[in-house]
Amino acid sequence: MASAPARSSHISAGAIAPRPRPPEPGRLAAALSRLFAGPLNTALTLASAMVLAALIWPTLRFLVLDAVWDGASRVDCLEETVGRPVGACWPFIAARFDQFMYGFYPELQRWRVNAVYGLGLLLLAPLLIPAVPFKRLNALAFFVAFPAFAYVMLVGGRLGLPYVETRVWGGMLITLVITYVGIVASLPLAVLLALGRRSDLPIISAMAIAFIEFWRGVPLVTVLFFATYMLPFFLPADWSIDALARVLIGVTLFSAAYLAEVIRGGLQAIPRGQLEGAAALGLGYWKTMGLVVLPQALKHVIPGLVNSFIALFKDTTLVLIVSMFDLLGQIRSAFADPNWATPVTVLTGFAFAGAIYFAVSFAMSRYALFMERRLNTDIRL
Amino acid sequence: MTSESQRQVGPPRHGSAIHDPRIRAIFYQVVFLVAVLWGCYQLGLNVSSNLETQRIATGFGFLGQPAGFAINQTLIPYSETNTYGRVFLVGLLNTLLVAVIGVVFATLIGFVVGIARLSPNWLVARLATGYVELIRNLPLLFQIMFWYLAVLGTLPQPRQSLELGVAPLLRRLAESLGALDATGIPAALNALAERLAPASLYLNNRGLILPEPAVTPGGLVTAAIVAAAVAALLVLRRWARRRQEATGETFPLGRAALLLLVGVPLAAAVLLGSPVSLQPPELRGFNFIGGVRLIPEFVALVIALSTYTAAFIAEVVRAGILAVPRGQTEAAMALGLDRRRTLRLIVVPQALRIIVPPLTNQYLNLTKNSTLAAAIGYPDLFSVFAGSALNITGQAIEIIAIIMAVYLTISLATSAVMSWYNARIQLAER
Repeated sequence: MASAPARSSHISAGAIAPRPRPPEPGRLAAALSRLFAGPLNTALTLASAMVLAALIWPTLRFLVLDAVWDGASRVDCLEETVGRPVGACWPFIAARFDQFMYGFYPELQRWRVNAVYGLGLLLLAPLLIPAVPFKRLNALAFFVAFPAFAYVMLVGGRLGLPYVETRVWGGMLITLVITYVGIVASLPLAVLLALGRRSDLPIISAMAIAFIEFWRGVPLVTVLFFATYMLPFFLPADWSIDALARVLIGVTLFSAAYLAEVIRGGLQAIPRGQLEGAAALGLGYWKTMGLVVLPQALKHVIPGLVNSFIALFKDTTLVLIVSMFDLLGQIRSAFADPNWATPVTVLTGFAFAGAIYFAVSFAMSRYALFMERRLNTDIRL
Repeated sequence: MTSESQRQVGPPRHGSAIHDPRIRAIFYQVVFLVAVLWGCYQLGLNVSSNLETQRIATGFGFLGQPAGFAINQTLIPYSETNTYGRVFLVGLLNTLLVAVIGVVFATLIGFVVGIARLSPNWLVARLATGYVELIRNLPLLFQIMFWYLAVLGTLPQPRQSLELGVAPLLRRLAESLGALDATGIPAALNALAERLAPASLYLNNRGLILPEPAVTPGGLVTAAIVAAAVAALLVLRRWARRRQEATGETFPLGRAALLLLVGVPLAAAVLLGSPVSLQPPELRGFNFIGGVRLIPEFVALVIALSTYTAAFIAEVVRAGILAVPRGQTEAAMALGLDRRRTLRLIVVPQALRIIVPPLTNQYLNLTKNSTLAAAIGYPDLFSVFAGSALNITGQAIEIIAIIMAVYLTISLATSAVMSWYNARIQLAER
């Protein structure tokens, strides 16, 4: 410290010379040094390492090292035939792959499903990348034109395409159809419900609240049961309604209630000044909402919406309970196949299904995180 | 609507009432209400004509009729001759059992994982993050079926049961220390294992078998002593708080609580003998006699529900702790509070205020998710009622309405309590 003899000895007059910054260990080095700081930390580190080793090594052995890659039937996946401990029986997945993807959709017509998947991906990818232009047109194509195309392609019965009844649909096809319809059909309903709940009109807001709280208060399984067994009673006797359509109606109502709450959060985040500005410009209610409030609110809640979509994607598995065979249902019914009954069949099936569900959900959650970061830096109100 | 409400500030315009926003608002609402009521009326007409043409009985009379099917787990006496009303009660109790036990385990795992995610120890934090990511990104039904089919379904027969508990660990330790036979340590460990063996659990393809606890005569006296200790502690706490407010002197309440809640029961147990005796299950022939058997469906459901919900609770806990600003901790330390008091008086109360509402939401989710029991055949309210009872009676409307009403009541009651709680802590803030 610089001394100042002219004044009181303990007050420094000059500037304090900056001390050199202590050498900072790299982040990795710092993290590593914390692993063994003190006996408790060392014990925790060792315990975690043991847990990791106990999880990763057997998983790796099961999935890759001990796995059987080629074979034609259960015999090829038995310990007695192979002569060593057997891991995953991948030929089982290969043999059943088409069924896991399409259910019992007629083999000759499966190109239609693939065409729908292809076009869907082609429209979805640019929609997800913020830098690609023509968002409005793209969204219109994905949310309005694509469903019509997919309906004609998948159901058929016109344009020379043979009719395929939904009873034979299954596997990944059902999973994706329910997820997509659940998202696309429930979004507009959810926007209306959220606006209704925030409305000044007492009857409208009471009804919106009652609707939202009802669907959020009951489990999805009961909603699916309601849709499958009760819905036909509510319709005129001469109407027959397809089993898949019933499930789609139930899922749509259910997910609309959840999405409405997410969107309401976005509506609440819009500052009053925006509404007052719109009013000063002479905009009416629908123009204020459609041109000023909703574009901002919906952009705000994209991460929340994507998280709801993940929940919906995972919840599609519940259709199993109303005897519909989605990906998980197909895999479960394949366990009963005597051709592939081995001690490892069940685990192999779960590994395959788990990998698909995890990959899709994880990718969606990373996307939500990415959008969240982007929006946080984009918008500073 | 805001634009409309602002337009009405001026004096009402002359001319037609069509342009008066208040009248318009009433008109739109009446039209909407009439449309909804008309729709409901049409649906009601459809229902009554459909039920008539299909000759399905209506009303709740079926609740008094005998059910005629068996249920594989009942908490209250039940037989096939009992009524559907009794079936309802059995199912409801089974649902509540899974929910309560699931909530306890989910909370324990969730708090541990949530705190571990914030650990400065890199490996521990990573492991906790991995757990949360893996569990949250897999469907719950997938996990329930995984535990039921892939884990519990591959367990051995009762004769080759897996023994869980301290005794088998000690035996294995004794075995691995075989080289030290001369010192007598392995023999001592084996002897200890024999003493602890009655407390072991057995896992096999028929479920999880626990020793049956029975209260000994001394146990009742011990319970009375413990109750007295708790009462004494409450009185002591009041006195200590009053004294601290009056004089500023603190009282070592933590140590007193330890003495009263742990020391006193322990002393009573030593003097009067163990308050609870364990009746170990016995392997006879091909099965266990005695003990409490938890069916595999129950075990799988509890494991899946609690590990799944725990991943969400972990995120809630982490967010709650992170939401307490660092300045709070620093200010507490500047005031001279030690680390424990800082946590107990400053951090935890504020974090809990943020954690409790979403935590309740997770409990509610767990309860609603317990309906997935239907997929593996655990007899919860949904699967006995919407499964067996619906198939036999065909009264879909009444049965689904009852089930929905039960879950709706649970949900709405919980959210009512939550908004009361929120209002209370909001007031405390100002």
